[in-house]
Amino acid sequence: MEAGAGARDEAGAAVAIEGLSHAFGELEVVAGLDLAVPPHSVLGLVGPSGCGKSTLLEILCGLREPSAGSVAVGGERAAAARLARCAFMPQRDLLLPWYSALDNAALALRNRGLGRAEARRRAGELFGRFGIAGFEGARPDRLSGGMRQRVAFLRTLVAGKPVLALDEPFAALDAITRAEMQEWLAGALREDPRTAVLVSHDVEEALYLCDRVAVLSARPGRVVAELQAPAPRAADRLAAITDPAFVAAREAALRALREGSR
Amino acid sequence: MRAARRIVLPLLVIAALIGAWQVAASNGAIAAALNIEAFLVPSPAEVGSALWDNRALLWENTWVTLREILVGLGCGVLAGILLALPMRFSSLLRDAFFPLAIAAQAIPLVAIGPILLVWFGFGIWPKVILVALATFFPILVTTLDGLRAVDPEAVKMMRTLDASRWAIFCRVEVPTALPSFFSGLKVAAAIAPIVALFAELVGSSSGLMHEIVTDNANLEVARVFAAVVVLMVVGLLLFALATLAERLVVSWR
Ligand SMILES: Nc1ncnc2c1ncn2[C@@H]1O[C@H](COP(=O)(O)OP(=O)(O)OP(=O)(O)O)[C@@H](O)[C@H]1O
Ligand SMILES: [Mg+2]
Repeated sequence: MEAGAGARDEAGAAVAIEGLSHAFGELEVVAGLDLAVPPHSVLGLVGPSGCGKSTLLEILCGLREPSAGSVAVGGERAAAARLARCAFMPQRDLLLPWYSALDNAALALRNRGLGRAEARRRAGELFGRFGIAGFEGARPDRLSGGMRQRVAFLRTLVAGKPVLALDEPFAALDAITRAEMQEWLAGALREDPRTAVLVSHDVEEALYLCDRVAVLSARPGRVVAELQAPAPRAADRLAAITDPAFVAAREAALRALREGSR
Repeated sequence: MRAARRIVLPLLVIAALIGAWQVAASNGAIAAALNIEAFLVPSPAEVGSALWDNRALLWENTWVTLREILVGLGCGVLAGILLALPMRFSSLLRDAFFPLAIAAQAIPLVAIGPILLVWFGFGIWPKVILVALATFFPILVTTLDGLRAVDPEAVKMMRTLDASRWAIFCRVEVPTALPSFFSGLKVAAAIAPIVALFAELVGSSSGLMHEIVTDNANLEVARVFAAVVVLMVVGLLLFALATLAERLVVSWR
């Protein structure tokens, strides 16, 4: 995929978070985070609601400056440089209702000044691969939850950024669609590896999709455990998540989550 | 079935009312009840023939009034939008000019009508100014509210997709504001004819209100009613046009 050319640039894709703290006025949201994401690996973040996961992603993407500490994406610390390297997929899909699926997917290209026809052509090439061919002209309210999520993810990928920040991408979906979408995302990342930070409230989802999972405590969020995933993005999801090593990692994560919520 | 009912039922009610009026007017019941001469209460049939017999005159005056409404409404809409945009981009401008806009809205049109007549004469301009003064405010307020209703998350999403301030304005803020803007436009379209008529009442040498005043003085009551019918049609068409524009533009709702 040509839009993904930046993703192959190894050096530009590493994320390093050092001593990061953030507070909204008096409210301390995250405290003293140290996290590193090597190029083309996926870091999972799980933690109780309100522990600052979304805030952390916004800081990573250069949408906010942290109160203390530093975030480097591809070695660059400036907010503008982070913004240029990260694509953010927000908690809600936020497809613009006045655009068709195709125009939503082509937003990043249009924003960069590409003509409408060319932007639509380039984004349209990916619809088949994402299993949404035939829905190019549909307005978002005509799409099912799973399809909306695919279009939102496509929109994020088309931006061609080396780093993806995914905020609970499948939280709004029912269990069956969610499992389907996890397999689908695993496949997409196998084909087109990116550096990604994935926030999830589902330990199983994080351990299946990510290389490593950091468990955060209740606010102010701190890392209480970091777990290695046994078989990240395995082709056979069901086999992977029922494997004893996976079950053990899941139990460890759940225990850490319970400890951290106290 | 439901659609047919929603069209047929009101038409039946209107037809029944006109029929009742026809009977009551032609047998003199209304005139008797009001204790006035029978010729002062025209029947629908007489109003109909007044419409037809005076079509040239009515059309001429309708055109005058319609022009006042449309030019005034156009100026009001333009002023509303042109004021809303800078107020959206700068809170300094908003704080500086919004109170002024409220003050301009609070100007009693009834009181300044005669002044405008002295300043600008009997032509179209005092009417345009009054209509514009009455319509810019609903447009300003609804457009500003619409622009402010933008989802901050959508703006963040656009920023990570390399959107400039201008791209965010065009692709997110304007579409977000459109439904609200059209609510304002419908309000403006509903008040513009009333204000134009008032402005003609203050002083005019043509237009539907001018005709109504003259005909009423000459006890040409059927012609007064004919002008009223024309005005109702004008008002309905304006509102329908605004609604149609809304349906076409805000197609995603
Ligand atoms: N702009 C802001 N101003 C003030 N407080 C904020 C702001 N954004 C978030 N917060 C607060 O910071 C805390 C962390 O919010 P954040 O959205 O990062 O949590 P989260 O971990 O993503 O939660 P969830 O799992 O519910 O999405 C919350 O208590 C929230 O109320
Ligand atoms: Mg969140």
